[in-house]
Amino acid sequence: MNIHIPTPLRAYTGGLETISISGATVQAVFQQLTVSYPDVKQHLFTPEGKLRSFVNVYLNDDDIRYLEAKEETPVKDTDELTIIPSIAGGVNL
Amino acid sequence: MLRIEYPNYETLRAHGEETYPNECCGVLLGKNVVGEGNHVQRIVRAGNTRTDSAHNRYNIAPHELVRVQRQARGLGLDIVGFYHSHPDHPAQWSQTDFAEAHWLGCSYIITSVEQGKAALTNSFLLSGTGEDNKQFVDEAIQIDIASTVADVAAHNQKGQE
Repeated sequence: MNIHIPTPLRAYTGGLETISISGATVQAVFQQLTVSYPDVKQHLFTPEGKLRSFVNVYLNDDDIRYLEAKEETPVKDTDELTIIPSIAGGVNL
Repeated sequence: MLRIEYPNYETLRAHGEETYPNECCGVLLGKNVVGEGNHVQRIVRAGNTRTDSAHNRYNIAPHELVRVQRQARGLGLDIVGFYHSHPDHPAQWSQTDFAEAHWLGCSYIITSVEQGKAALTNSFLLSGTGEDNKQFVDEAIQIDIASTVADVAAHNQKGQE
């Protein structure tokens, strides 16, 4: 399946915007991603191995946090994963 | 240095006037040019999901960001930054802006909107290699001006000095 990498993380994927990785579940794909591109890991996961709070991951059009099986959701080669850090802010008051 | 065409520059400033007294937000599409910086070629308006506190907070829904990233890919462009407005507040990043900034290497444009009128526009590059050492760095804005609008642009720029 294709994984789409956001601009800030491409420094750790050799500049690649899209990476093709096979796996049975979202977690398996991520595991392979971090084996192939180890420097990505610290930007996606906490030292405890949890997805960082500001990192959103979409399986096609669905946020994996809201999928019943979350990271254990099965995937097909035709699916797409998009990694997208959050964007927010505003005036301090 | 951030490069942006004049029409895009004016459009993002007008967006802040349009949403005043609430904050506007949007995405900058373009390319990072090594040795030069981010070059904005298109801007995409985004909705502010912080309807509970839109006058001093903004948030772009992740699913909208996914859509914009797909759009960028289709255009052969990248997400190179974001913009938002500070209604009746300086065009300076806030602690909230900093805490919520995670797109390293991207530009964050902030426009102050004073009493409904766009005033100063600044850009800040989020530099560093991770959450532990990220920092906002002041970034000059180079506005590419077509000859037909040169006079208007010069007037607006002078007004910001």
